Order: sequence, then structure tokens, then C-alpha cells
Amino acid sequence: MSADPSTFRFVSTNRRVREDRRFVAGHGRFVADIALEGMLHVAVLPSQHPAAKIVSIDASAALAMPGVHYVLTGDELAGATDQLMNGLDTPHVRRFPLAVGQTRYAGEWIAAVVADTRALAEDATEKLRVVYEPRPFVLKAEEALKPESAPVHPDHGSNVLLNKLFVWGEVDKHFAESPRQLSFRVTWGRNSTVPIETFGVAASWNPWSEVLDVWASIQMPKYADQIARALRIPANNVRVHQDVDVGGSYGVKRGIKQSVLVAHLARRLGRPVRFIEDRLENMRSGDAHGPDRIFDVDVAFNDDGIVKSMKIRALDNAGAYAGRAPFQLGKPIGAIVGPYKIESVQYRAQSVTTNKAMQEAVRGFGQAPTNYAIETAIDKVAAATGLHRMEVRRRNFIRKEEFPYLIPSGSTYDSGDYHTVVDKVFKHIDFASMEKERDRLRASGMLAGIGIAACLEPSGGNSSFEPLLNEKNTTTTWMDSCRINVDGLGFVSVTIHTTSSGQGHETLVGTVIGEVLQIDPDMIRIVRPDTLASLPSNSPVGSRMAIMLGGAAFHAAQKLKAKLIKIAAHQFGCTEDNVTFASGAASDPAGKSLNWAELVNIAHRNYHLLPQDMEPGLETTHVMQVPTGNKLPENGRVQMYPCHSFEFHVVLVTIDPEIGKPEIKRYVIGHDCGTVINPHIVKGMTLGGIAHGLGAALMEEFVYDDQGHLITQSFMDYLLPSAHEIPKVEIVHHCTPSPHTVFGQKGSGESGYLGSPAAISSAINDAVAPLGISFNKLPIRVSAIGDAIAEAQQAKLQE
Amino acid sequence: MKVELKVNGVTRSAEVEPRNTLLDTLRDKFLLNGTHAGCEHGVCGACTVLIDGEPVRSCLMFAAQADGYEITTIEGLSPAPGELSVIQDAFCETHGLQCGYCTPGMILSAHALLQHNESPSREEIVEAISGNICRCTGYGQIVEAIQFAAERLQGSNVPRSKPAQHKQSEVEHDAPEEGILEAAEADAPTEAV
Repeated sequence: MSADPSTFRFVSTNRRVREDRRFVAGHGRFVADIALEGMLHVAVLPSQHPAAKIVSIDASAALAMPGVHYVLTGDELAGATDQLMNGLDTPHVRRFPLAVGQTRYAGEWIAAVVADTRALAEDATEKLRVVYEPRPFVLKAEEALKPESAPVHPDHGSNVLLNKLFVWGEVDKHFAESPRQLSFRVTWGRNSTVPIETFGVAASWNPWSEVLDVWASIQMPKYADQIARALRIPANNVRVHQDVDVGGSYGVKRGIKQSVLVAHLARRLGRPVRFIEDRLENMRSGDAHGPDRIFDVDVAFNDDGIVKSMKIRALDNAGAYAGRAPFQLGKPIGAIVGPYKIESVQYRAQSVTTNKAMQEAVRGFGQAPTNYAIETAIDKVAAATGLHRMEVRRRNFIRKEEFPYLIPSGSTYDSGDYHTVVDKVFKHIDFASMEKERDRLRASGMLAGIGIAACLEPSGGNSSFEPLLNEKNTTTTWMDSCRINVDGLGFVSVTIHTTSSGQGHETLVGTVIGEVLQIDPDMIRIVRPDTLASLPSNSPVGSRMAIMLGGAAFHAAQKLKAKLIKIAAHQFGCTEDNVTFASGAASDPAGKSLNWAELVNIAHRNYHLLPQDMEPGLETTHVMQVPTGNKLPENGRVQMYPCHSFEFHVVLVTIDPEIGKPEIKRYVIGHDCGTVINPHIVKGMTLGGIAHGLGAALMEEFVYDDQGHLITQSFMDYLLPSAHEIPKVEIVHHCTPSPHTVFGQKGSGESGYLGSPAAISSAINDAVAPLGISFNKLPIRVSAIGDAIAEAQQAKLQE
Repeated sequence: MKVELKVNGVTRSAEVEPRNTLLDTLRDKFLLNGTHAGCEHGVCGACTVLIDGEPVRSCLMFAAQADGYEITTIEGLSPAPGELSVIQDAFCETHGLQCGYCTPGMILSAHALLQHNESPSREEIVEAISGNICRCTGYGQIVEAIQFAAERLQGSNVPRSKPAQHKQSEVEHDAPEEGILEAAEADAPTEAV
């Protein structure tokens, strides 16, 4: 089903984002704003060792402090709860909210103290006495891969969580036939999206109704189910309040361990309990680090720059526990050739445990690092063949007329027009003059470079990577839902069934339903019931909500419209296809009409006027299946996400050779996410994504020292881009509608972020190329640039 | 100990511990939840409030230190319940936010800027909000919101404080003018004295 864009009244118009009003007034409702009667507070004790046996914990001094209620250890918690879920089939990689018997990374939570205030709880953690017996540890992924490395989970047998080889197409033949080959390594440093609000959760157990109420800063599919499983209680005993505003997430707000910890304490103590991570807890041990990945890439190509085949080995450092992190090697399989016609690919996905903090889902779910590897390959092919970087991309791009396009790993790209987007961007910036500007800057003594990156944003999030990487998993649906109710006075209320962390879901749903029913979106009330009153939903992951929640809202509204038309046809005595529905009213060719209020009145009060067998009232629901994602994998191939947005970045960077500091002179992005439902929201996602990518490319990294301690654990040393660092970004729009969605929309929740690290790296490397150096690891810090330049200049002097 | 704080024009008293920050006191004692904790070490700016009109990080100030000053929180900017100030409305117009967590601090910093600078340049806006970290927007629509608010304020008769009241030069030298500041660079020892 697809709507006609020329008739849009609300979709694609510059309407305000309805959520904004409460936030600008300071009236958001975040988890730290939830204050419950008699609430107690939690602080946690961090491990001082990356690996150690916990010999004993003495809590007597802490418990003797007035106002301290309880000290919880891992042993007690492990006895009372089931281990947290793993994505892969790795049952012996056990994870509990607190370390059990052994600590596996520095900062891991050893014990939790519950007290009248958070300050008191923190004071009491200092009175805990823990005896440790240090053990060998491993920090680097390549070390962890070795059989002799110290196992993080001895019961698992090794540090290898995943080691899977995929061969899609005739890779060996293509490599043998290709006249040119090159190989390289790039490394994506461990960083994360680091929201300004840390994770927090409050829970309260009612022993009379046997309901656990949970308020959390959460963005996670199946959250209530996971709490129930861990606590060994029925899932309908868990009520998650989804009307809590989430202060940023971008994937990482998956605080299951925090939630199980707090839920257990609330039940154990019979009092409401709240835990709000402080910044250190969040950075060091909040289970919120992102991919930490080495790529070894081989490329087979010819003198014309046509890339025939690729071999990618991705080795990811998952940290101390498994969780869902290894799946971040799976999602990029859905766009493993980027926007290019590469005929065959070999992909080895490896994930290992180490004694670093645990990894979680980060914006793009592994796609941004993979795009960085692919785009580096294309730049290197250009350098090897002497062709222009853009020419190589143009030659390898899938052409508009080739869609739908099946890539070797089993996904069919829905649509795109990459050449046109590039042409529009080049025209906008006058690329030749940008190259002249770069050369002029170089002549003036600066280092200057242009970065280019093209990539896809697979969107509409299903979870096909689960069965692809874990054969015991048979997931083929990843639904989302919407319910519309028109009350007896004709006002429309809509329920959506997930939390939101700034994506504007209320605006999305209001716009879509307003469009279908032809009523003012601002008159529609959108609410988020708690999980006990919700329909099945999978939360805003995988760049999916425009497609999936927008789709569910569209179909629910269509059902409602169909009901109104049926009621009208019954009154008019005509067939339904003779009824015209416009601006909330129905009419027939004879001139009879019923306005909105009259239709509502019939549905709510005049059962005698309803068609036979029609239910009274005006209520419809729709639970939407992900378009295209209906099959389990076959032979290591699967359709990953249904829609594929395209982005094309061009960046001009200068570097002061004396200090190595890069400065972005111009940043232009061409963006095609199909039909835009709200332009403000899509623009914000794109600009924010580029900022995240700039952080990943130049500034942000969780660095561990040789002793296994995180040394960038505050905002003084884990550097977030401020308004000074983020340039003004120019966006060039294009619209290639998706055939799979109701308005032709595609995803944009990860836009900008998926290509900006690659583009910025490309620019830096172009700038330093005249010195004969390059950077193959992100982030590319000022210090690294300055040192490399100095070394290169020194070497030149000595020649 | 007892503190008396003048918050949003109203004097309120609270029993606090000497170690309680202004941030925690505003939230826990006065239920002014619009002021947010972000890093609690003075970097992110989510806890920004105005002290005598100047942006201050309430996580780095004890409640006791705020005694005697005029404190303005985000709740003090709305002219009336349900009504937005020009700056708040401008943030809605350009969608200068997403999750809304950094927004109160960002708007207070913008408010302080526009109180003493009627037509700030892009650079001056960037400087004014450079102590407020936003992870959602990449700042583009925030800068647009402040530019838009400045334009609208120029056409309004809302009274503002005089430029002379603001010690502009001191503020300007607090931060680097542009580019990326590396920790190592920031920490570099200055010449021995």
C-alpha cells in the first residue's frame, strides 16, 4: 500500500515537533524525576581489578552506618535470579548484575549498598572490605583469540564467542581472476554514544497485587520479558511505565542488569528502590560501550577500478560478557557491499571476550564501523589505480535501473539513485572549485584534504541477524503496533507501545493518522500505556520507527477509515466504493453526507444504524510485520532490513602542520531517505548523527591502560564534541521512495553517523597523503596527527 | 543547616547538608526537576542555572553558596503555565532539541546570551553554548533557534539587561576560540613560573 505524495496535507510539511513543548519548559519526565514514597537509593562498589577472584566481602562496617538498609552481593543475587540473556548460544558465559565469585573487568560492580540517600549509599560503599585474589587478564582482541589466553569465562572454554565464516559467491575464483589486489587493516576504537542522561531505573514491588512497577531510562526490545525471566516471575507481574522520557540513548540504554538489581532489591526490601548511575558508573561499567573492532580487508579489482570481490575479517572485542553485542557483527551483513556492485564477499565475523567493560548496541549496530572499512577500501582502490576517488565510486555504484538489487549476502536493496545524489551534491558544492580551494590551502603551507564517503542506512529493523548467527534462534518477526480510539465526542486518542528517546514518535504518529483521517494532527492525543496494557512492540531500534510505527499507525488509521466508510455506505444505501471520504466527512454521489460528529455518534450510540455484525465504538489496532522479513536464513543468506537510505558525504579539512589540529572547513551531505514524514526530525537526526561520527572519528575513545583500567572515564578525558567542534553542515536532499512502505519512507535514525567517520578519515588521509603517511585507526586524535606529521617531516629532512 | 534561596523570584528555605549541591537541592528540596544532572563534574552543562543572570553549573556549587543570589531555573523562564518565552518558542520552531535532556541548560545559556547581546554572530552563539553538550542535535538547529529568537526579540519590547552589566571579555577568554581541544593539550603544563 502506498499513498500519493502529491496529495499529502501533513506528511513532509514543516510542522512543529509536538514533543518539544514540554522539554523547553523543563517539564520532561525523566527517570530521575520519579520520586516514590519511602524510596531508597543504591550505590555500587566497583572492582579494582580487571580479573580477580572475590575471596570475601565484609559489609559489617557499612551496615552499621545509620540510614544504611542493605548490602547485596553477587552470590545472593545469583541465588535469587536467573542469569541475564545472551544473544548467541553461549550458556556458560554467565552474567548477573553483580560479579559472582570473580570480577571480570575493572569497575565491575561487586556489591550494591541501599540507603536512605544516594550520598549515604556512596559513603557506605567506602566501608565495604573486599579481599581479592588477582588473576591473569586479557585486554586485546587478538590476544584473546589465542587458545592460550587467560579465559574470561573459564567454563566457556575459550574467549571466542563467535567465529563464523560466510562465503557469498565465487570469492576464490574472483580473486584468482582479478588483475589487482590489495590488503589493509583498519581499526575502529571503542567508543559509545554516551547520552547526557545516564541510565537510571526505579522499581516498586506490591506484594498484594504481585506487580513490579518499573520506571526506567530504557530503549530495549522485550525489556519487561527480560526482567520477568531473570526474576523468575510471570511476565504479567512486570509493569514497565513507558511514559518516562529517555534522555538520549542512540542504542545504548539497555540497562537490564541495573533493572534486575533494583527490581530484586525492591522485592527483597519491600520498599521502592531507585538507582541512577553517576557518570563514572555509566562510563566505566554501565554496559554501554560500543564496537571495538579490527578489520582486515582484501580487495580484488581491475585497472578500471571495478571491485569484483572482497574478503573482510571483523574481529570484535566484546568485553567481559556476551549479551547482544556479538550481533553487531551480523547486522552489517545486510549491506556488506555498501552501495556497490561487488559480486562476491567472504566475511569472517569474530567476537571475543576480554577483561574490558561490556559492549552494547550502539547507533547503527555495527554498520558505521563496517562502512568505514568499505569506504577505506574504495579510497585505496582509487589510490592504487590512479583514478579519482569519485570516479571509482561512480563506476561501482549500483545503478538506479538495477533496483531491486540482490546483494551476495541475501538482502535485496529496495531502491536508490546514488548517481543522482552525487551529482546534486557536486553541483551544490562545485566540486572542482573545492579541489582548487584545497590546493590553494596546500600551497599556503597548510595540510588540506577532501573526504568522501558513500554508504547505506539499512532501515526498518527486523532481527534476521539473530537466526543468522545463532541457529537455535528462529525469530522472523520484529513487529510494532498502534491502536486508535475515537471517543464518544469524536476526539482521537492513540496508543503507542514503547519508550522514546528523542525520536519524535508522537509527532510521527500524529502526522500519519492525521494524514489518513484528514484531521488536524494536533488534535490527536498520543499516549504510551504501560507494558501490561500494550500491544506487541520492539522499541526504536534499527532505524525502524518511521517504517514500522509509521506503518502501524497508517494501517490502523486505514482500518478506522474503512469502518467509517462502511457506516456511511450503510446509511446512504450505496456500496462502499461509492463513498468519498474527505476532511473527516463521508459523502455519496447523490449528495448525501455525514460529517465526523455524525459518524462518531452512530458508532457510539446508534447500534441500530450500524451494519450487521459491526462492533460498536470506533477502535482499531494494527500490529505490523517488517516488510520483506519473512524467512529464516538459508545457506548463510538472509534478507536483512527492508529499506536502504543512502548518504553521501563530502568534507574539506585543514590541518595546521605545527600542532596537528584538524579543522573542518566545509561539510556537505547528500541524503536520500525516501519520503520524509517530518523534515525537522530528519534534519536533526542527520546533523546529530554527523556529530556522533565526528566524535568517533576524532575524539572519543574508551582507552584502557596496560593494567586493565579505563583511563578515559570522565568528560575531562573522554571528549565529547561541543558546538565549537561541529561545523555548520549543508544537507542536499533527494527522495527515492521505498516501494515497501506506506508513504515511501525509509529510516533516518542513524543517518549521518553511518558515513561521517569514514568521510572524516578520508579527508584527514587526503590531507596528509603528500607527506606519505596515513591513519588506519579511529579516533584520529590531534596528538596522533601531530606526532605523525612531525615524524614524517623529520624523515624528509634526513633524506 | 538551613539555607534561604531566592529561586525564580520566590524566597524558599530548606534544610540541607553542607555538602549538598545547588543541583540536588533544587531537585530534591524544591522539586524543580527541569535542572538535570549530566556529568556532575562541570563539563556537560545540563545542570546550568542562572545566578544573577549568569549561567552557572549547579553541580559545582553548594546550595549554601547560592544564598543571597537570584537563581533562575528553566521553570522561571515560562511567562505563565502553558506559555513559552520567545527563546523557548524558538527552540520549538526550529526543533532545537531531541531528547530534551540538555535543553533546559541550553536554553538558559541562550537566554543569558540574548540578555546582553541583541544580535549575536554565529561565533558568539557557538561560544555561548559551548559549555552545554548536546548529543542529539549536532547543534545546528540549536544555533538556528538562538538566531531566530534574537531576530524576534529585536522586534519585541521585552526589556533586557544592559550589555555593560556583563563582563564579556572575561567570559570570552575562558575557552579556545575554535577547533578541537585535546586533553593532553589542555593539560599541558604552562611555563614554569
